[in-house]
Amino acid sequence: MKKAGGKTALKRSKEEDEEQNQIFNFNRKPADEDKDDDLSDSEDSVYSGLEDSGSDSEEEEGSDDDEEEGSDDNDDKMKEKKEGEVSEEKKKHEYEHDSSDEEDIRNTVGNIPMEWYKDFPHIGYNLDGKKIYKPIRNKDELDDFLDKMENPEYWRTVHDKQTGSDVVLSDDQVELVNRLQRGQFGDVNFNECEPMVEFFSSDVMIHPVTNRPADKRSFIPSLTEKEKVSKLVHAIKMGWIKPRRVEDDGRGRYYNLWASEDSSILARHKMHLPAPKIPLPGHHESYNPPPEYLFTDEERALWEQQDPADRKLPFVPRKYSSLRQVPAFSQFIHERFERCLDLYLCPRQRKMRVNVNPEDLIPQLPKPKDLQPFPTTRSLVYRGHSGLVRSISVSPSGQWLASGSDDGSVRFWEVCSSRCMKTVQVGGAVKSVAWNPNPSVCLLAVALDSVVLILSPSLADKQVILSSERLLSAQQEGEEPAEGNGSVVWSEAEGEELNQGLRLKIQHPKAVHQVVWHAKGDYLASVMPDNTSHLQVYIHQLSRRRSQNPFSRNKGLVQCISFHPIRPYFFVATQRSIRIYNLVKQEMTKKLQTNSKWISSMAVHPGGDHVICGSYDCKLSWFDLDLSTKPYKMLRHHKKAVRGVAYHRLYPLFASASDDGSVIVCHGTVYNDLLQNPLIVPVKVLRGHVMTHDLGVLDVTFHPTQPWVFSSGADATICLFT
Amino acid sequence: MGGLQKKKFERGSATNYITRNRARKKLQLSLPDFRRLCILKGIYPHEPKHKKKVNKGSTAPRTFYLLKDIRFLLHEPIVGKFREYKIFVRKLKKAYGKTEWSAVERLRENKPTYKLDHIIKERYPTFIDALRDIDDALCMCFLFSTFARTGKCHVQTIQLCRRLTVEWMNYVIASRSLRKVFLSIKGIYYQAEVMGQLITWVVPYQFSHDHPVDVDYRVMATFTELYTTLLGFVSFRLYSSLNLVYPPKLDSNGESEPKEESEDDYAMNSESYLEKLSALSASLARVVSSADEEEAQLDQFPSEGEDMEKMEAREKELKQQEAQKKLFEGLKFYLNREVPRESLAFVIRCFGGQVSWDKSVCIGSTYDVTDETITHQIIDRPSVGKQYINRYYIQPQWLYDCVNAKILLPVEDYFLGVTLPPHLSPFVEEKEGDYVPPEKLKMMALQRGEKPGNEQEEDEEEEEEEGEQEEEEEQEEDDNGDEEDDEEEVAEEKNLKKMEEQRSQGKSLHVKVTPGKLKVENKARLEQEEKAEEKRLAIMMMKKKEKYLYDKIMFGKKRKVREVRTLPLR
Repeated sequence: MKKAGGKTALKRSKEEDEEQNQIFNFNRKPADEDKDDDLSDSEDSVYSGLEDSGSDSEEEEGSDDDEEEGSDDNDDKMKEKKEGEVSEEKKKHEYEHDSSDEEDIRNTVGNIPMEWYKDFPHIGYNLDGKKIYKPIRNKDELDDFLDKMENPEYWRTVHDKQTGSDVVLSDDQVELVNRLQRGQFGDVNFNECEPMVEFFSSDVMIHPVTNRPADKRSFIPSLTEKEKVSKLVHAIKMGWIKPRRVEDDGRGRYYNLWASEDSSILARHKMHLPAPKIPLPGHHESYNPPPEYLFTDEERALWEQQDPADRKLPFVPRKYSSLRQVPAFSQFIHERFERCLDLYLCPRQRKMRVNVNPEDLIPQLPKPKDLQPFPTTRSLVYRGHSGLVRSISVSPSGQWLASGSDDGSVRFWEVCSSRCMKTVQVGGAVKSVAWNPNPSVCLLAVALDSVVLILSPSLADKQVILSSERLLSAQQEGEEPAEGNGSVVWSEAEGEELNQGLRLKIQHPKAVHQVVWHAKGDYLASVMPDNTSHLQVYIHQLSRRRSQNPFSRNKGLVQCISFHPIRPYFFVATQRSIRIYNLVKQEMTKKLQTNSKWISSMAVHPGGDHVICGSYDCKLSWFDLDLSTKPYKMLRHHKKAVRGVAYHRLYPLFASASDDGSVIVCHGTVYNDLLQNPLIVPVKVLRGHVMTHDLGVLDVTFHPTQPWVFSSGADATICLFT
Repeated sequence: MGGLQKKKFERGSATNYITRNRARKKLQLSLPDFRRLCILKGIYPHEPKHKKKVNKGSTAPRTFYLLKDIRFLLHEPIVGKFREYKIFVRKLKKAYGKTEWSAVERLRENKPTYKLDHIIKERYPTFIDALRDIDDALCMCFLFSTFARTGKCHVQTIQLCRRLTVEWMNYVIASRSLRKVFLSIKGIYYQAEVMGQLITWVVPYQFSHDHPVDVDYRVMATFTELYTTLLGFVSFRLYSSLNLVYPPKLDSNGESEPKEESEDDYAMNSESYLEKLSALSASLARVVSSADEEEAQLDQFPSEGEDMEKMEAREKELKQQEAQKKLFEGLKFYLNREVPRESLAFVIRCFGGQVSWDKSVCIGSTYDVTDETITHQIIDRPSVGKQYINRYYIQPQWLYDCVNAKILLPVEDYFLGVTLPPHLSPFVEEKEGDYVPPEKLKMMALQRGEKPGNEQEEDEEEEEEEGEQEEEEEQEEDDNGDEEDDEEEVAEEKNLKKMEEQRSQGKSLHVKVTPGKLKVENKARLEQEEKAEEKRLAIMMMKKKEKYLYDKIMFGKKRKVREVRTLPLR
């Protein structure tokens, strides 16, 4: 029926139409909208109103169409006419059924957006399934304007999108629209203020509302209910369901619990340990503490650094000028929680706290006053050495003091006047000096480098000097088989040295550290500490100029040696132990364990039954040879290494010298009764030496007859304490 | 030959202990239930002497309980209740799953509960035992009563705690047993003496809590459960001991009488009544309305000598206590709205004062600001608008300090806007040698009845004393005693040395004889020195063990002395 060209034209016209439509719609919007709203709000009434004047509108529509069509194609007009007939038929249809609430069914497409049909020539289908064609018209704006100007009905003309036609509203319809716009009921006759008739009222009526006879089931007990009840009954019987508990009254919850005492519980309660109470707060915790309790910056920094467990206070003291400024304590809940944890997680233990009076711990010792005499004050200082004084020795008469120093000299002092009587340059650091203990000779042994020198200082009676000279020269006449020993060479001093008093030189293979005399004065022993060989100790016999090495095996680094004052015993101190050899039987009789790391010095009691030994680890151990090989007493008096120890020959005194610059004099009574242990009491701490190069007192020795003690220090002085 | 071989760990300490896990299995409880049971029954772990033996040779860290304790737990009826509860939860879950709401409701109604009465009785067989252990209970209840009613714990618990704490405070007021108060940065400490027991508790400041995340509130709630029961019973007993009606009722014949009985009764159960109680402004109803408590009179016993002195001292103390109880009697306080009302009202009422506050602050105010008879107005702001002439405007610390000092302190230091004197802890009892803050000395002087005018002299005296102490310490402290002498000697020696040097250098030396100085020998001092040296020497001879102990003790002592000496220097 249509041609392609016509189609495009149609399309265009339709588009225009659409635009117009839109404009039109826009212009008429309020009315339209209202209509729509009303449609949605109260469909029935609106429809009823529309229905009333339905016929008119249709007719008008038709006429309108006609007019338009008149200006259009004939074919279309024909179709329109047909359509009009159809619509008329439909209208009749509607009346027949009186289905006022049905949709407007002139177009069967339903409630869809009409633009879906904008590309088609039709806009839907009628009830018979025929296409409803769009009215072909080219109503542009001009037409519209003209229409608006000329057509008196224009204001009541509405475009029906569904059918694509303009509808002129009848007077009734306009009235209806107006009413709705005013918010009134659509039906003019409807009285909205009618009095309400209550259907169900408070008045009891004598007749039932309905006259319906009651059901049978209302007379018969319900089976399902019976089942349910029986189930519940069964459950209650079986104890599965408990009857509702009576709400217990909070007021009566408490009563006098302790009205009667129960002894059975008391028995168990005896073992009960109550938890300790929280310590009460001190001034620190106050919100306004005295200023001295506040933290200084350092304390605060320290507090922040410390681990929470190490802190002395678990909080920082704060000061607030008034109570209203005090904030909440952030750790409050924490603290309570910690307390809870302590209460149920911490093992409890009854701890007996012994309140010890520290004074009771101090042992009761005899007063030093009662143990006099002992040296108390420094009375003389012997100056003259320029190097540290390693060793000192007092002549058996007690008149002379010999000292060997690192400056390579041996000096002889008069004890009482502190005068240096003689200086012998020996040409090397003197390690050890030892005065011959035999009072009938006057000889001094000096150890330096690898030589032991025998000096005759000639500081005695002529007779004594002569006798010592004799002792030295006596062997000369004897043979000289001593050379057979090989390693030790005896030689005579000559020339200048002879003038100085040097008599003999005993050349050792290694550096000599210590030299000691036997009590008789004929034998002397020297130590050459060396870990690698057994040639560490030599015993020399002066009268025969003979040397011998008593040991064939190396038992450790020898530190010092000593002769027994009475019996033929020989003490050898290695690093950790002291061995005692019987020189006659040529066997070891005892080995003393010192329990110290490194022995430095050793002294034998003049009685011969006790030994003291100092060590570099600050200890002084006293051995009772009859008692045990373990120390009878360990004294830790010194703060630093013990360098020298000494016994007094007559008085029950012994002294120890240490690197801390002090000499400690102790009273050590030894009883003849074997059952009684020696009494050891420290009686005096003597200070007098200045610390130099971390060294303090190097040697200590007692005066042979007086209760005086000499000490030589690293500060090149010798002190006499009386 | 020799019978059966003995097996290891079948006798001795290994059989006396049980590890926590094994105990749990034996009781058939989950860990939380076991924990709760331990808390309620007061069972705590034990540390065996030989852990390895008990642990059957292993050194793994384990918690041990005494087997006896666990056996004791086996008979506990509450264990059954725990199991019941477990089943209840299971049933409830099931009902929820099946959406059987009626079953859920029914189950809910029959939720198994347990009572702790027998546990309280068992843990505290006598009332005094319970009182002795009530510190923690009070602290906990006071804390819980300040919790907001959201999350964390049941609202009922909070309400119950609040009720119990209010009852406790009312009791303390009625019995006038408060002794000490301390404002710390943590909260307010109170100490009351109830039936001869000193009970201390701390109340946090009234702020909402910042709930920490690393705290297990279940543990705290379990403790609170126990403590509320304990506190309830204790309160009952205490109230009955004072002839007070136990669920406390306000005294109806007081001037602050509410309108009608019926209405009042209606409101009894509601919170408003509790609030009225917690206002602490009215006295409580008594079972037997007695006009006046007869004063406790100490009986006179014929005694002599020391007993007499003791008796006198006791009497004196008692008198003092009585005086303290009536500290604020006759005073009329008015609390401004910015001061902690509850604490202050509590303290004032405990010592017989009258107290009121603004109507809008809290229920139960008895008189208005405009009341001319008010003697003290407690205020904590820098300035106040309208001032009445016939009353003191003082800061709250005055009250607390008065309570601790047991006398009415001069108000001048506590006036409005004045910098407050430091607030000291009343719990510190200085022993000899401890540092005593000057404020405390001042207070003690006031207590003795001295006037504050001569404090300076006292201070001086103090200083002198301190100086003496220091001297003594010096002498004791180290072996510095003879150092001074040594120094002198050294100086002399130096002189000598110089002379000697001169002698050795230039032969032509001027021999000079300097006049000798007379050394004054201080006999006492010498003696002291001698003694000190003796002591030092004796210390040298101590055994290693004793020396260690001695050193430790002396270290502690010295540290204390040092602290005491450094504190006032700050």
